[in-house]
Amino acid sequence: MNLEPVIGLEVHVELKTESKMFSPSPAHFGAEPNTNTNVIDWGHPGVLPVVNKQAIEYGMKAALALNCKIATHTKFDRKNYFYPDNPKAYQISQFDQPIGYDGWIEIEVNGEKKKIRIERVHLEEDAGKNMHGEDGSSYVDLNRQGTPLIEIVSEADMRSPEEAYAYLETLKQLIQFTEVSDVKMQEGSMRCDANISLRPFGQEEFGTKAELKNLNSFTYVRKGLDFEISRQEKVLNAGGALDQETRRYDESTGGTILMRTKEGSSDYRYFPEPDIPNLVISDEWIDSVRASLPEMPKERQARYVKEFNLPEYDAVVLTATVEMSNFFQGTVDNGADPKQASNWLMGEVSAYLNSEQVELLDTALTPESLAEMINLIADGTISSKIAKKVFKELVTNGSTDVKALVEEKGWVQLSDPSKLLPIITDTLDKNEQSIEDYKNGKDRALGFLVGQVMKQTRGQANPGMVNKLLKQELDKR
Amino acid sequence: MNFLDYTLEELHDKLVSKELTAVDLVEASYKRIEETDEQVGAFLALSKEEALQAARETDEKGIDPNNVLSGLPVGIKDNILTKGVTTTASSKMLEDFVPVYDATATEKLKGAGMISVGKLNMDEFAMGGSTENSAFKLTRNPWDLSKVPGGSSGGSAAAVAAGQVPVSLGSDTGGSVREPAAFTGLVGVKPTYGRVSRYGLIAFGSSLDQIGPFTRTVKDNALVLNAISGHDPKDSTSYNGETPDFTEGIDKGVKGLRIGVPKEYFNEDAKETGVIESVRNALKLYEELGAEIVEVSLPHSRYGIPAYYIIASSEASSNLQRFDGIRYGYRSENVSSLEDIYVKSRSEGFGLEVKRRIMLGTFSLSSGFYDAHFKKAAQARTLIRNDFDTVFADVDVLVAPTTTTTAFEIGGKIDDPLAMYMSDILTVPVNLAGVPSLSIPCGFSNDMPVGMQIISKHFDEQMMYRVAYAFEKETDFHTKKPAFKGGE
Repeated sequence: MNLEPVIGLEVHVELKTESKMFSPSPAHFGAEPNTNTNVIDWGHPGVLPVVNKQAIEYGMKAALALNCKIATHTKFDRKNYFYPDNPKAYQISQFDQPIGYDGWIEIEVNGEKKKIRIERVHLEEDAGKNMHGEDGSSYVDLNRQGTPLIEIVSEADMRSPEEAYAYLETLKQLIQFTEVSDVKMQEGSMRCDANISLRPFGQEEFGTKAELKNLNSFTYVRKGLDFEISRQEKVLNAGGALDQETRRYDESTGGTILMRTKEGSSDYRYFPEPDIPNLVISDEWIDSVRASLPEMPKERQARYVKEFNLPEYDAVVLTATVEMSNFFQGTVDNGADPKQASNWLMGEVSAYLNSEQVELLDTALTPESLAEMINLIADGTISSKIAKKVFKELVTNGSTDVKALVEEKGWVQLSDPSKLLPIITDTLDKNEQSIEDYKNGKDRALGFLVGQVMKQTRGQANPGMVNKLLKQELDKR
Repeated sequence: MNFLDYTLEELHDKLVSKELTAVDLVEASYKRIEETDEQVGAFLALSKEEALQAARETDEKGIDPNNVLSGLPVGIKDNILTKGVTTTASSKMLEDFVPVYDATATEKLKGAGMISVGKLNMDEFAMGGSTENSAFKLTRNPWDLSKVPGGSSGGSAAAVAAGQVPVSLGSDTGGSVREPAAFTGLVGVKPTYGRVSRYGLIAFGSSLDQIGPFTRTVKDNALVLNAISGHDPKDSTSYNGETPDFTEGIDKGVKGLRIGVPKEYFNEDAKETGVIESVRNALKLYEELGAEIVEVSLPHSRYGIPAYYIIASSEASSNLQRFDGIRYGYRSENVSSLEDIYVKSRSEGFGLEVKRRIMLGTFSLSSGFYDAHFKKAAQARTLIRNDFDTVFADVDVLVAPTTTTTAFEIGGKIDDPLAMYMSDILTVPVNLAGVPSLSIPCGFSNDMPVGMQIISKHFDEQMMYRVAYAFEKETDFHTKKPAFKGGE
């Protein structure tokens, strides 16, 4: 039987607010265990949650970027379960009134565009982390406890692992542009669970789904789904029936392993969080958050083409990440020619990031310095060849005054005829033979003479200018 | 020295005139506790050293003549957190739990210069109406030692009734301040939901819990509520508006006021007729004082008990999950797995009544039962609240008995949970509606004090105190002292 995969994704994204969702503790990473915590995070008796307004705004921003409607009346609920990394034994989440709903994003697979609907975006708090020590004890680190999260639930609109992959890439890109999250799978600020079922083509009704967990990269999502499709196909084509299961992706084998069946699932006993009053979101508030949304990738691409005359290809590459796009804009704003800025960012800069495996913002290069360098090439102060040296310097050590840098390093191109002429005259005086060769039509002689001048100037002479002046002087002789 | 002989203002005057010092008062409190607490059993723990130290500091600094609470001793219910002083909620689960922060109410009392002498016994996690559910000790009613002091704030009531402290704090989720106040002849207040911060109150029913004071007189009570009220940025459910001076206009009298009498709260077939008789006499007095008595109806209050026990228990089942033996509190020693830690610690750490409510609440929230239980109860709650809103469009206050009977015998209801739950029938609708209510002594039945509830509109505690004060001025029930009879 020919079966069609039906895929829906649940994505958790950590919001990079200053403080936690319901407590004033800092929401930053990398601190010593349990240092970014207080009595609220410890779940001590008598503590109460207070909603972080910034988290609400970030949640709204993300939801708006995903074309969601924003709930004007919303609330928080408790999801009850026992686990050591969950100190209150309930997670504050949103059950039936998510802050965002009815959204969509557009993905592209093999040149075909498709809309994937988003059912809901809701706010919740993250759990801590359990760690199993080598001494046989288990430890709990509550630094992450209470970090704001949004959960983005798609409709089951994807029909292949490739679409799921494209959905995740687009989602990551859109949220990254809103700057409410770092959206990094490897750092856990973006996490994904996948629901997949199969059904005969043409059938309306969904098949029995499996939920896949432990998908720690986009590639694992694709591989896990691939594996699941063949596993489910085998069962169904053999006339078997599937159980509703939760399965764990195994990185070492690329397969999935049964965690629990539906019977083993918990009853979370959701009910309205009595410690937090219902939230009323005014239209004015929604409008002001909408107004604070930055220009999104599609809009930027259109503008790059229209305003800067960039090829569509450039526009798409430059908007792949918000860092690159903002860097490009900054470079142009600092006076660089847009096409030159694009060439440098797509060429030397990207090559450097790839070879060094670093992030753009972690290098010493700034839009100001890149723009200044591009302008120094344009006005002939430096040669394109020297520019590669200048770039190395800017990307590794940085500079706030590129002109001074190239002067100090002696990289300035010598273009001034009054300075070049004495050298040229001197060179011609010392190379009578070459003059003769030139007069006799030997073009190589000119090349030799240019080389001599370049040598004299230790490579600083502007080759074009040297050429021009040499010809001029040769004609005089 | 017996605190029953003085109002807070009288004690304050003695401090200001230096007839007495804060140290004298704290010592007098401990002396009285020493003399009477073996019989009464109000206190779980005393913090003598800290209290005397605080009293000495207050005396050195001098009494602030503008701060009536400065230097006065207070007792605090053991579910209100006191930094550095063991706070157990009368549960084995928290037997050794020492809080690292003060509840906002504790902080405010300390800020007003009051001195906490110790922590008061209660029903475990405030679940009960007799204080018999304490894991640690029995508290007896100073009026008759064979009877309960009420609950869950039984220790708080008994300590003031026995003259051990002039003031105590309790908490009221379904009547836990008003019922013990009625049983021990005191003034006890459940403020409007949101009036007093719940930060640092060990949560029972989060949408119902309020901290309130026990005092001998109405004005004393208003003075203490002044000190603990106000918006708290740490409690999003605390009221963001102004906090008025609750003593302002307290002596305006009742002339021209409309007093509503909810007919459903007067069960003429009650076994103990003395309670309703006392309240009817009080209503006559109000009429004589110029108030208009109006019969009103709160028809949905009859759903109060089931709605309350479902909502409060559901919230409690979630609130009490943090007591899991992982980070603090009791952990069973006999464990070999994570599940063991949870199951055994909670089975051994919680008492019977707490487990009963956790099960009731867990069941009410379970998938498949939520709609028929929790959701229905929430709907009933809305109807009850609407009833109050409707009658308050027409009357200034409501007056009703606080309880259907006076204090009952120790052991009288402990094996009949339903009978125990029914003793909250007149108090729980107030919590469900969120309105403020005060219980004031209004007579005696079988030699035991009778309490009358005065209920006012949301955030109109001034009216509640004013109506109570008018009654107190014309009567002497609040001046009667307990007999410490019976017992053993």
